[in-house]
Amino acid sequence: MDLKNHIPSGPIDQKWDKHRADLKLVNPANKRKFSVIVVGTGLAGSSAAATLAELGYNVQAFTYHDSARRAHSIAAQGGINAAKNYQNDGDSVWRLFYDTVKGGDFRAREANVHRLAEVSVNIIDQCVAQGVPFAREYGGYLSNRSFGGAQVSRTFYARGQTGQQLLLGAYQALMRQVGLGKVKLHNKQEMMDLIVVDGRARGIVTRNMVTGKVESHMADAVILATGGYGNVFYLSTNAMACNVTATYRAHKRGAFFANPCYTQIHPTCIPQSGDYQSKLTLMSESLRNDGRIWVPKNKGDKRAPDQIPESERDYYLERKYPSFGNLSPRDIASRAAKEACDDGRGVGPGGLGVYLDFSDAIKRLGEKVIADRYGNLFEMYERITGENPYHVPMRIYPAVHYTMGGLWVDYNLMSNVPGLFVLGEANFSDHGANRLGASALMQGLADGYFVIPYTIGGYFAQGGFSPVSQDSPVVQATVREAEEKIQKLLSINGKRSPTSFHRELGKIMWDKCGMARNEKGLTEALKRIPELREEFWQDVVIPGSGAELNQSLELGLRVADFLEFAELMCYDALHRNESCGGHFREEYQTEDGEAKRNDEEFAYVGAWEYTGVGSKPTLHKEQLEFENVQLATRSYK
Amino acid sequence: MNLRLHIWRQSGPQDTGMLKTYDVANVSEHMSFLEMLDVLNEDLIAKGELPVAFDHDCREGICGTCGMVINGRPHGPLARTTACQLHMRTFKDGDEIYIEPWRARAFPVVRDLVVDRGSFDRIIQKGGFVSVNTGNAQDGNTLPIPKLDADRAMDAAACIGCGACVAACPNASAMLFTAAKIGHLGSVPQGQAERSTRAMNMVLQMDAEGFGACTNHYECEAACPKGISADFIAQMNKDFVSSAFGGRD
Ligand SMILES: Cc1cc2nc3c(=O)[nH]c(=O)nc-3n(C[C@H](O)[C@H](O)[C@H](O)COP(=O)(O)OP(=O)(O)OC[C@H]3O[C@@H](n4cnc5c(N)ncnc54)[C@H](O)[C@@H]3O)c2cc1C
Ligand code: SF4
Ligand code: FES
Repeated sequence: MDLKNHIPSGPIDQKWDKHRADLKLVNPANKRKFSVIVVGTGLAGSSAAATLAELGYNVQAFTYHDSARRAHSIAAQGGINAAKNYQNDGDSVWRLFYDTVKGGDFRAREANVHRLAEVSVNIIDQCVAQGVPFAREYGGYLSNRSFGGAQVSRTFYARGQTGQQLLLGAYQALMRQVGLGKVKLHNKQEMMDLIVVDGRARGIVTRNMVTGKVESHMADAVILATGGYGNVFYLSTNAMACNVTATYRAHKRGAFFANPCYTQIHPTCIPQSGDYQSKLTLMSESLRNDGRIWVPKNKGDKRAPDQIPESERDYYLERKYPSFGNLSPRDIASRAAKEACDDGRGVGPGGLGVYLDFSDAIKRLGEKVIADRYGNLFEMYERITGENPYHVPMRIYPAVHYTMGGLWVDYNLMSNVPGLFVLGEANFSDHGANRLGASALMQGLADGYFVIPYTIGGYFAQGGFSPVSQDSPVVQATVREAEEKIQKLLSINGKRSPTSFHRELGKIMWDKCGMARNEKGLTEALKRIPELREEFWQDVVIPGSGAELNQSLELGLRVADFLEFAELMCYDALHRNESCGGHFREEYQTEDGEAKRNDEEFAYVGAWEYTGVGSKPTLHKEQLEFENVQLATRSYK
Repeated sequence: MNLRLHIWRQSGPQDTGMLKTYDVANVSEHMSFLEMLDVLNEDLIAKGELPVAFDHDCREGICGTCGMVINGRPHGPLARTTACQLHMRTFKDGDEIYIEPWRARAFPVVRDLVVDRGSFDRIIQKGGFVSVNTGNAQDGNTLPIPKLDADRAMDAAACIGCGACVAACPNASAMLFTAAKIGHLGSVPQGQAERSTRAMNMVLQMDAEGFGACTNHYECEAACPKGISADFIAQMNKDFVSSAFGGRD
């Protein structure tokens, strides 16, 4: 199949304007005749649902949360980028575009990224108008901070709760439309499948999580804004309920999954403290400005940190990357920590941690300055670990944080299944192989507020939407399949909980398809995952019934999909014989351990087509053309 | 440590529900409170029993999904800490812990510790927003907002919608939650145009949902994990009264 990305012709800075001018419009009176299903009410979903309703479309929104305000987007701390150049420090749409393409290690689509940079400025305006309480200077103007991967200050923030405030802005816009009767919101409804009729996405199957009822919902187009799949690793910084079901089910119905192996590992998270650990907590990267990272020089050194003399410490980042030192980029810092721990020199429980030590900074600047800079983070750390970082070095370890891969979409954010649109972290489009900090919030809101409202009109204007009845055989069959799957899961009555399988899968993925991958490990994983999946379908136990609130069942259904999706990730990681961004293949590195990209052979998007459970998916390639940015090696030395 | 838990079990809204006792052994002080419940649930599943249903998601104190009354206090004994951020080092070997759902007419129990907080969403639907369509906005910096006002707005906007304030209030009032949103939008210029209708409509909806009145106990403020100040209630009352008299002050 030929993947048509529908990128408009013309100079890069005119493509979006030209495209908007070319898109056919739906006349206002007709808009309400078109119905749209939006799955997900995070930044991407809420902003899309609210905006489409404002335009007059007939919108239904779905979320598995008990309120649209609780989506995982709420947890984002740091900020959101925009090319406002309020600081007069040389920022521009072009620079944000360039930084994002480069940060993505030259594996993103130029045209999409440029559009993202263009609309970034409108996002800030819109959010301000909604009353989002962004940080301000004393003069009353908006404040900015700088973030990794950029030399300008373009990050807007609301204390340490930027995601929360942006989501509440979008949620409130959505609530307004719900109150006006323009959006029908379905809380606590989990999408179980996509309904495809005559080759077009025409509806979804959901399970009501309170009553257990499985039902169909029909529309003229379906938008998935269902977030990322980081929880395939079991432990990650994602919220507990984040899962791959919606996008994976769409994949099984024909949508291509692009670049699933691109996952981002964040270097500064609080390490696991025991087997019972349920999730990992991110500590802001800014800590690396003043903290020094080290491990003992000797393997298995169990002494308390203050008992280990300077001469027996290895400040490995300062040693290996003298010019960047403790501020080396995320992927480098993460891998170096893993190496030290694999070498038996990790600290803390299980030897999975490295020290982030503030004692020098405290000596130099005093405790007060450090408290001013990082007080709230130190408090959070102490609440979780019970250790006081003013006196004992913090322990940190890398953790899965974000997934750049997602469903393949064209320039209109439509997948290869007509009528199925994908927004936010759930699509693959803008971050290439690595996402820069503060760019996910920007992308989610760009997609929802400023892209989909235009592009979906172009799709509707093509016409040809005959109504589909809920009684039609395709719809009924899709509903029945979902019901049968639930019944099957409930009837196994084995011995192991869904969580125990999830944890085991996560360990396989972390060991073999995590921060560093190699052919041997990936091949082993591809053997082990189907076995585990088999065990799951023989031995899982889910107490209770399907006709009630049943959290084990919810989890069981999600884990069942992770157990299939994990294989897809490994196939992708195995085929990509290069290292780029979040995908580090040990075989492809320079002598000093840097990632070795292979632009000759791999400057493409790998979009996978489903061919059956346990059968190798088919690869389709979308070649990436770099007409505006010159391919170059990222250097950190 | 070993603990004895008394947990509210209720199979559905129609069931009357009761406390059941469970012993959990070998609890690590590093576990979060919810991880301790995870361990109990894994045990129950292994024994073929129904696990305890409880709501949670971010486990970082920001999504507002978790919520349970622990030893009589919403979110447990630590100030400004959600249940998911409470760690077991707060407890000691041999402790007995009572765990119950939020109790309020406007928060019906769905199952065990899970309650339906849809009433909060319906309050927001009545006016917890600025009526601005996408595309209406002017440049963000054309509207300077004094830092102190922005800070005050942020103090109120920090509400996570958990419902602890309602659970703590002897009258099960939702004043603090509602006042937090009114306070957020009332502190910034964008919120002024709809200021009086907002207060009026949100307060009326609060009453319609069956939340109680405020009789100035301030238990809400003490229980709020985000430290939302009860001062915002005074501002809300002022807005409400002025709108009842047909205009803004
Ligand atoms: C700890 C942390 C900090 C972060 N900090 C930043 C930051 O500072 N800046 C930044 O730019 N990015 C940050 N990110 C990344 C960013 O938060 C996310 O990428 C982004 O918020 C994702 O938004 P979304 O709308 O795509 O999805 P989400 O917010 O994940 O929303 C998904 C929605 O889909 C629904 N859903 C999913 N599946 C189904 C289904 N099957 N049925 C029904 N509903 C479903 C969910 O209920 C939810 O409403 C951070 C991420 C983490 C983990
Ligand atoms: S005011 Fe406080 S206690 Fe009440 S819902 Fe908001 S955060 Fe929770
Ligand atoms: S689980 Fe999100 S606040 Fe507790």
